Amino acid sequence: MSSNENHSPGFGIYFLVWFALLILTGLTVAVAGIKFGALTIATALTVASVKSYLVLTIFMHLKVESRIFKVFVWLALFFLIVSFVLLFSDYTFWQIGD
Amino acid sequence: MSSVDHAVHVHRDDEGSRMGMWLFLFTELLLFGGLFLAYAVYKFSHYQEFHLAAKELNTLFGAINTIILLTSSLTIALSIAALQKGKRELSIFLQLITILFAFAFLFNKYIEWSAKFHHGLFPGSETLLEKSNGEILFFGLYYAMTGLHGLHVLIGIVIIGVMTFFTYKNRITHNNYVRLEAAGLYWHLVDIIWIFLFPLFYLIT
Repeated sequence: MSSNENHSPGFGIYFLVWFALLILTGLTVAVAGIKFGALTIATALTVASVKSYLVLTIFMHLKVESRIFKVFVWLALFFLIVSFVLLFSDYTFWQIGD
Repeated sequence: MSSVDHAVHVHRDDEGSRMGMWLFLFTELLLFGGLFLAYAVYKFSHYQEFHLAAKELNTLFGAINTIILLTSSLTIALSIAALQKGKRELSIFLQLITILFAFAFLFNKYIEWSAKFHHGLFPGSETLLEKSNGEILFFGLYYAMTGLHGLHVLIGIVIIGVMTFFTYKNRITHNNYVRLEAAGLYWHLVDIIWIFLFPLFYLIT
């Protein structure tokens, strides 16, 4: 019960994050029009990660949760990244023709 | 007096409840993570064809749906903050607005998919099977991933609907709103997944 009372933020921060998310969405759409080559997808994923960070910390209250929540989230992301790294280290030696 | 004491000190572990919800969200991360893995590999093996196929998607529809979903994330977060401040009616109103946005998202999806079906672009269609392997894979992933995401939006509508009913019936209150928080966490995850789906399908032309 007590753990609930320590985070009762005002509405302002939520509107601010929402506004930032809209700006970042506009940025991704604008950048997609420019020919960056391989950088296009990297830029899109970077912006998406920044957006997710804002949603996780502010909207999902990770910022004010106890430390173990953050440890768990980082651990989950770590294993997701590990599966991507393992897959691509394997994929490099594949031959997908048709 | 002791009975009153008992009534006040009902054992409740809100932090544990939220942790339970987060653990569920990690399984969702794996579910979509697997699909993102498949997407990543086929995107690399069929680079040009993915570019070509993505041109069929309407960026405007995708962008509008992104704005709708981001705004619905704002309204559900605000509904929790409103309840924390004891503003019950405002919280119910914001939850209903969130549901409305979710329906708007699905309505757009319906229009978008209908247009694709109209052009013969659906899994297993003749028009699609005449295309290259990469394009078939792109549309297969597109329908599987946005479809699964759409299903999550539909489930989200039901969950938030139940929370609105609970808030209305005073089963979710100013001092007991962990269920609304859990519903909010679920809804934000649905938002995060869309944050990645949007650029990967609509913006790679």
